[in-house]
Amino acid sequence: MDQGSHKQPELRVYLQVWLWLFVLSVFSYLVDLSGLEGLPKWSLITLLMLLKAGLIVAFFMHMAWERLSIIYAVLLPPVALLFLAALMALEANHTLSSRLSLFAG
Amino acid sequence: MARPHPGHPTSPEKSAPPAPREGMASLVSDWSSERRVFDVPWGKAMMWIFILSDVFIFSCLLVGYMVLRMATVEPWPDANEVFALHVGGQSIPLLLIAIMTLILITSSGTMALAVKYGYAKERGRATLLLLLTALLGATFVGMQAFEWTMLIGEGVRPWVNPWGAAQFGAVFFLITGFHGTHVTIGVIFLVIMAVKVGRGSLEGSRAGFLTGRKGSYGMIESLGLYWHFVDLVWVFIFAVFYLW
Repeated sequence: MDQGSHKQPELRVYLQVWLWLFVLSVFSYLVDLSGLEGLPKWSLITLLMLLKAGLIVAFFMHMAWERLSIIYAVLLPPVALLFLAALMALEANHTLSSRLSLFAG
Repeated sequence: MARPHPGHPTSPEKSAPPAPREGMASLVSDWSSERRVFDVPWGKAMMWIFILSDVFIFSCLLVGYMVLRMATVEPWPDANEVFALHVGGQSIPLLLIAIMTLILITSSGTMALAVKYGYAKERGRATLLLLLTALLGATFVGMQAFEWTMLIGEGVRPWVNPWGAAQFGAVFFLITGFHGTHVTIGVIFLVIMAVKVGRGSLEGSRAGFLTGRKGSYGMIESLGLYWHFVDLVWVFIFAVFYLW
């Protein structure tokens, strides 16, 4: 079995990613503590979440060094989940409005 | 048995031009000519496929949580108050969760280093790092058990809680429980892998006790993929469940 077909990143890369994950986690905790509300709060939290996820997948999971065939096979299917989330958000809104109009009081 | 990839050094097709290693051309060449598509050890390709399926399971749970939370007319419990920890008479919101997050990130770092030192054939270091990763994972599960105990003590059940929408308990126990199960399974496999690395089973290509698979350092990388995925899921749970 051919092991380590890709090059192993340097130790420095891992330590930097590690440090960034710490910093980003602390930031997202601070966003929560800062008392921001509404759109600014959840867009910041989502941004930090996606940055952390990207760092983990790209460096810790070595995706940055994989071939395109693996990258596309893994990263494209989850796009369907955005579609699912959008549909279910519509559905949930509809349920909420029905509950508010039918069961009010 | 799949035919070897043309880019593979043992390929018999000497006359064929070498397959492109990068860019769109590599994607087309990997998927064409009825060959094995993924030019990586099969264990790694299968781990990626498994992770992809797990991504869909966790996403369905999180989307379900979104639907419950959006559609309920009851107020949703405020995570800052529910998950606050009292230290020295002061209530610090989400303290336990923040510590759990840092522990899991640290364990991901030690796992990445274990993979690196495994490939470098530094057995001692790889074993120690695997054990450290397992220890951090076990700590995480322990803190989660503590968190569950606290909440159950305050009267949270899957069907009721003191602060508002009853659905809160159901999604909380389901999502964190499913994630905690993944961490627990990961810890078990980390200990097994540490033993294998420590006694030199991977270097000697010794066959596994249960599966008969010959040992190789690629196994640590596959286990690493699983462990990083567990960390990845926690990133999403931390953001959408605790912070939103």
